[in-house]
Amino acid sequence: MIPVFLKNTTKRLEQGLCPYILILVHMVLGTALVYISPRSNLAFLVLITSFFSLYSFKADRRFKLAAGMVLTLLIFPVVGVRNIFYLEVIFQISVFSALALGLNIVVGFAGLLDLGYVAFYAVGAYLWAFFGSQQFYILHFAPGTQPSHLPFLLPGDAFYLFVFVAILVAALTGILLGTPVLRLRGDYLAIVTLGFGEVIRVLANNLDKPLNFTNGPQGITPIQQPTMPQVAVDGFNALFGRVVGHTVSPADMYNVMFYLFALAVIIIIIFVTRRLDDSKIGRAWTAIREDETAAIAMGVPLVRMKLAAFAVGASFAGVMGVLLAGSRTFISPESFSFMQSIGVLSMVILGGSGSIPGVILGAATVTILNLQVLQGLSLYLSQLRQTDAVIPIINFAWANLSSQLDPAKYQRLLFGLILILMMIFRPAGLIPSQRRKREPASDEAEAKEYHGTP
Amino acid sequence: MKRFLKSINIRELLRPIGQMILFSLGSTIVLSVIVLLLALILDRTVVGQTLIERLNVSLFTYTLVNLPQVAIDGLTIGFVYAAIALGYTMVYGVLEFINFAHSEIFAVGAFVGVEILIALEKFGILSNASLVMAYIYLILAIVAGMLAAGALAVTVERVAYRPLRHASRLVPLISAIGVSFLLQDVIRLTESLTSGQFNRIMPTFGNFDHRILFGKMAMGATQITLGVSIKSIIVIVSAVLMLVGLNYLVNATRIGKAIRAVAQDHSTASLMGIDVNRIISLTFLVGGMLGGAAGVLYALKFTRIDPFVGFFPGLKAFTAAVLGGIGNMTGALLGGIVLGMLETYAGSFMGVFTMGAAGTEYKDIFAFSILILVLIFRPQGLMGENVAQKA
Repeated sequence: MIPVFLKNTTKRLEQGLCPYILILVHMVLGTALVYISPRSNLAFLVLITSFFSLYSFKADRRFKLAAGMVLTLLIFPVVGVRNIFYLEVIFQISVFSALALGLNIVVGFAGLLDLGYVAFYAVGAYLWAFFGSQQFYILHFAPGTQPSHLPFLLPGDAFYLFVFVAILVAALTGILLGTPVLRLRGDYLAIVTLGFGEVIRVLANNLDKPLNFTNGPQGITPIQQPTMPQVAVDGFNALFGRVVGHTVSPADMYNVMFYLFALAVIIIIIFVTRRLDDSKIGRAWTAIREDETAAIAMGVPLVRMKLAAFAVGASFAGVMGVLLAGSRTFISPESFSFMQSIGVLSMVILGGSGSIPGVILGAATVTILNLQVLQGLSLYLSQLRQTDAVIPIINFAWANLSSQLDPAKYQRLLFGLILILMMIFRPAGLIPSQRRKREPASDEAEAKEYHGTP
Repeated sequence: MKRFLKSINIRELLRPIGQMILFSLGSTIVLSVIVLLLALILDRTVVGQTLIERLNVSLFTYTLVNLPQVAIDGLTIGFVYAAIALGYTMVYGVLEFINFAHSEIFAVGAFVGVEILIALEKFGILSNASLVMAYIYLILAIVAGMLAAGALAVTVERVAYRPLRHASRLVPLISAIGVSFLLQDVIRLTESLTSGQFNRIMPTFGNFDHRILFGKMAMGATQITLGVSIKSIIVIVSAVLMLVGLNYLVNATRIGKAIRAVAQDHSTASLMGIDVNRIISLTFLVGGMLGGAAGVLYALKFTRIDPFVGFFPGLKAFTAAVLGGIGNMTGALLGGIVLGMLETYAGSFMGVFTMGAAGTEYKDIFAFSILILVLIFRPQGLMGENVAQKA
């Protein structure tokens, strides 16, 4: 009775103008809620999820495109400038979406498990950090002993050049690493890439002697940003000043600018991935992913195709690294730990490896869980600690709770749970990729047939 | 009694001991010769001169005097790696799968052992304990660590790996990575809820920190004492005992035969009446127990543990397993000893040889460089057979 009712309702919702109205209502509702209560996480969630309804309802593509552009180019920046924390969340979502989309090429398309993906991100970040700061003149000084008032090596606008340099350098690093190790079978490759990620991190930590390249654990700062035209700040103020409620400073505009950069990278990645997916290379990758031996037999140049996947994935990470160095003006080896690699991997796995909307959904979910839910819990717990509240049945006072218990630091728990649960219950991800859907028989049925009853 | 003695396969008891002595001596001699040769070459260069200015001693003497201590340290850590590596290699042998969570099973073993000792210390039992009792308590801690780690390994297999046994290769590996991350934070959560901090210190008791001294050697103006700490002896002896026991279990008992059969071919083994699932659980149990014991020994040697303590030893033990030839037990033993030695030699002498440009801080990535080199030039490892890659 209820399923039939639900089916009828969903069918009715997909007819005529219904989806358009629903999408618009969701968007307007989200914007209004965020506008009314700019500090509410819930309101922000409603706004963010309007992307989901935009994706899931059937509507005209041009309408979807226009609505998406309004959301990302207009509503998000304005809402973000109004409450800078939202902008941070949106920026991180877009950075991690780009990273996850890059890793998706390696893991989702070519089926190569790369556990050191963040290494390429670090290569890009340190590339711009070295050339975009005073580090060149500090080469002969130990960390912390450099004289003040050193010149910058390059002007801030060289940032744009280094976005392209990073593509080359990261791709080259990927090829250099990949050439020896891509001959290995999948699980060895995973461990070697993990090792490579650690090597890069240890190098970043220790290359402050004999020549001070990375400034060691203290990291490099300040890193230059490209110049921000005054016109942009003034224009933004004139257009949205009244909605925002306060005059926008250039620092805020930088955040918006880097968010837009990240968005541009995402769009380029999506474009490239979609073109590649159904090209000769994409088909070769799928063949490698499904069965290496059969792929070789079909004449797929195995190592070259794997290298291509590795290099493409690496280059996107490199670009995002430059972006990170520019937006943060500070980088340190901390940001490139193994946990970050696993975080990006869990985004890909959660959303569905090989599926573009899935990966973006995964990145958004994990980032929001990380930034809002875990930190919200931390805040809530620390508030509870200051009250006299008591857990009813076991009679435990919240105030006695150890201050070490800080949910915001339990990202590993989150990533671990995501990986295990997804692998056991939904290995194809929340939004499985189209190609997987197209496959005639499910792998599971085949496996059972082949191995007999488990 | 006689029949019991007769049923013991003496050869299988002696063989691993012989191997261990061979591997330890072999790697010590080879590495020492290499290091001494390097020292002789560098002695004439600016490296030697800097050292003479600093310590008033030639590089060759410096190296020679430090060698015995370095060799013993290397051997100690090498046996710990070997014990962990065996856990990886046994699971790989049976399931062809890298049990990524093994490093956290090691950490759990360490935590259980250390927590028990801390509790004993709190009740004042440890400080009043006689020497014999101190050893009994240590053995108790090791056994508890083994049991906890073994139980955990079996549970992890049952919950996170068994449902995925027929999925494609990467699926259980990703699940294992998830388990590894989950366990790290579970340890941290439990520790911070119960004890309020997650860095635990092994209590000092018994005579484990004493050093047996052999004498003194002059090094320039200073003197260096030669000695072995009792800790190191305990670590080496317990590791040797466990490794011998494991070797006996696998090579000379019915259960061992079943394990080897399952490693060769699941379906045929199952046709021969072997309960494959039980044997796989058993493999995880044995591997986990070894890992847990190694964890307590590691805590004894390095004193301080934290929830992430398993990561590097785990990765290095995996490297050791690959170096020796993954799936091959003798190989894991060899790989562990060689890797521990290599790492300690590199960590101790690289700083002097490169005039401080690269020192101990690169010790951790040294293992990875070895891993990459091995995988490029000899993917089957030192002792592995060249098996065709299975898809």
